[in-house]
Amino acid sequence: MLLIACPYCGERAETEFSYGGEAGIARPKDPHALSDEQWADYLFMRKNSRGMHRELWNHAQGCRRWFEVERDTVSYVIKECYEIATPATSRDNQSRAD
Amino acid sequence: MKKYSAFSLLRNAFSHNRDWPEAWRSPEPKPEYDVIIVGGGGHGLATAYYLAKEHGARNIAVVEKGWIGGGNTGRNTTIVRSNYLWTEASLLYEKSMQLWEGLSQDLNFNVMFSQRGVYNLGHSLQDMRDIERRVGANRLNGIDAEVVTAAQIKKAIPIINTSPAARYPILGASLQRRAGVARHDAVAWGFARAADALGVDIIEQCEVTGINRENGRVTGVETTRGSIRARKVGVVVAGNATVLADMAELRLPIESHPLQALVSEPMKPVLDTVVMSNAVHGYISQSDKGELVIGAGIDAYNGYGQRGSFQTIEHTLEAIIELFPVLSRVRMLRMWGGIVDICPDACPIISKMPVGGLYFNCGWGTGGFKATPGSGWVFAHTIARDEPHDLNAPFDLRRFETGALIDEHGAAAVAH
Ligand SMILES: Cc1cc2nc3c(=O)[nH]c(=O)nc-3n(C[C@H](O)[C@H](O)[C@H](O)COP(=O)(O)OP(=O)(O)OC[C@H]3O[C@@H](n4cnc5c(N)ncnc54)[C@H](O)[C@@H]3O)c2cc1C
Ligand SMILES: [Zn+2]
Repeated sequence: MLLIACPYCGERAETEFSYGGEAGIARPKDPHALSDEQWADYLFMRKNSRGMHRELWNHAQGCRRWFEVERDTVSYVIKECYEIATPATSRDNQSRAD
Repeated sequence: MKKYSAFSLLRNAFSHNRDWPEAWRSPEPKPEYDVIIVGGGGHGLATAYYLAKEHGARNIAVVEKGWIGGGNTGRNTTIVRSNYLWTEASLLYEKSMQLWEGLSQDLNFNVMFSQRGVYNLGHSLQDMRDIERRVGANRLNGIDAEVVTAAQIKKAIPIINTSPAARYPILGASLQRRAGVARHDAVAWGFARAADALGVDIIEQCEVTGINRENGRVTGVETTRGSIRARKVGVVVAGNATVLADMAELRLPIESHPLQALVSEPMKPVLDTVVMSNAVHGYISQSDKGELVIGAGIDAYNGYGQRGSFQTIEHTLEAIIELFPVLSRVRMLRMWGGIVDICPDACPIISKMPVGGLYFNCGWGTGGFKATPGSGWVFAHTIARDEPHDLNAPFDLRRFETGALIDEHGAAAVAH
């Protein structure tokens, strides 16, 4: 079981959290301007990194806030937990959809 | 290939089983092949076999980073069924079912396919409506399916708890009698041996590290044992699909998750069929050795670690004990994890890619073992003809752009 450090509450067991998938995917500002390919990329295509992965977690049974985690998907070791990066472009591994 | 038979068993018994020939060669990679299959799981080996057998291709290699069958093929709970909801999916899985029914003879290798039936339990009125709908859909597609009552289930499976006082009472089930289980390792070995006999090179301990391309066409692969040229490359690497797609700068809608299973100590026969429940999330069968084979759910997070969390195991065992209180004191012997390639619509991608001569077969997620022969059969067709077979045309990667998804989540009792 992972030990996750909620930036608001501190370290808690994984079972208190729910997982939100890849972080940093910004909803396109004008969906109508996108081609089907770009829309599919935003909706469905994922980095699914083998190695360091930037992802969203929600402290569902605690403060109920969303935050970001950087975690190694092979060793499962968590490198860092932090408040959601705002704006989403402030970190480099962006989804291509935005 | 030396044919296996009762006679060969007897003859080799007299020589103390010292003279059995190797089941497949371990050749050095050639500099060039017509087709390279990346991934020596059941699907990759079946693809190579049907390429050679049905399409007359001869110069084929299967390149596997570890040992064949060491991925999800050797880690799954071996449930085989074809009672999916949507026509596209049920026809694909039914093709596979028909191949299973003749597979041991075709491969001259006993894959121990045992059609012992699969029950998908319903625990609520909504479950039962979904089951009736799915059974109806299956029958319209010519697939055997029945709705059975709680009393019929109790009669067939005496150790199951059908008490109405249960927390999630069993109201009924769908039953596919032709469904069952098979021996996973034997499936990998049988396809490997039969493919090898048709001239396929099976190259183990050889990891693909790059996909070479020129002018929008694939030209070969880089591996830990050097570069190999190829006119066509078919990728079937389950949980590592995204890693291979990255090598060709392509994006996939796949996410990799750990999926676990466990077996108990061996015991006398108590369960002669397969029981699955989506609502409480557990599934169970008993192996010929007597072990209870139990499958868990996926861990929520993306993972490549071939192991999952204890709470997932605990959750599964709670479900099993809910269904079979009599098993509460059985000890578990081993647990392990595989990495499954989850697709948004819970259906596979068997598709040409935007790079010429490159094909991907992935997204089988938690339920691709049952599809092993059929998946290989349609993928071989797709690679040989450079166009999909009617059966896999709906499973093109472009469905995520057109929106023609095949939603097998939930309604189809899709767990495995
Ligand atoms: C615990 C568990 C239970 C399951 N239960 C069921 C079930 O009951 N019924 C069912 O139908 N399905 C089940 N499944 C799903 C099923 O196991 C898979 O869908 C199926 O086996 C996939 O087969 P495959 O040949 O595509 O993959 P694999 O057997 O995983 O083969 C892929 C191969 O590719 C190799 N590879 C990866 N990267 C590279 C590289 N870079 N170079 C070379 N080779 C590479 C791997 O080493 C591996 O051997 C289960 C899975 C798990 C994990
Ligand atoms: Zn918190």
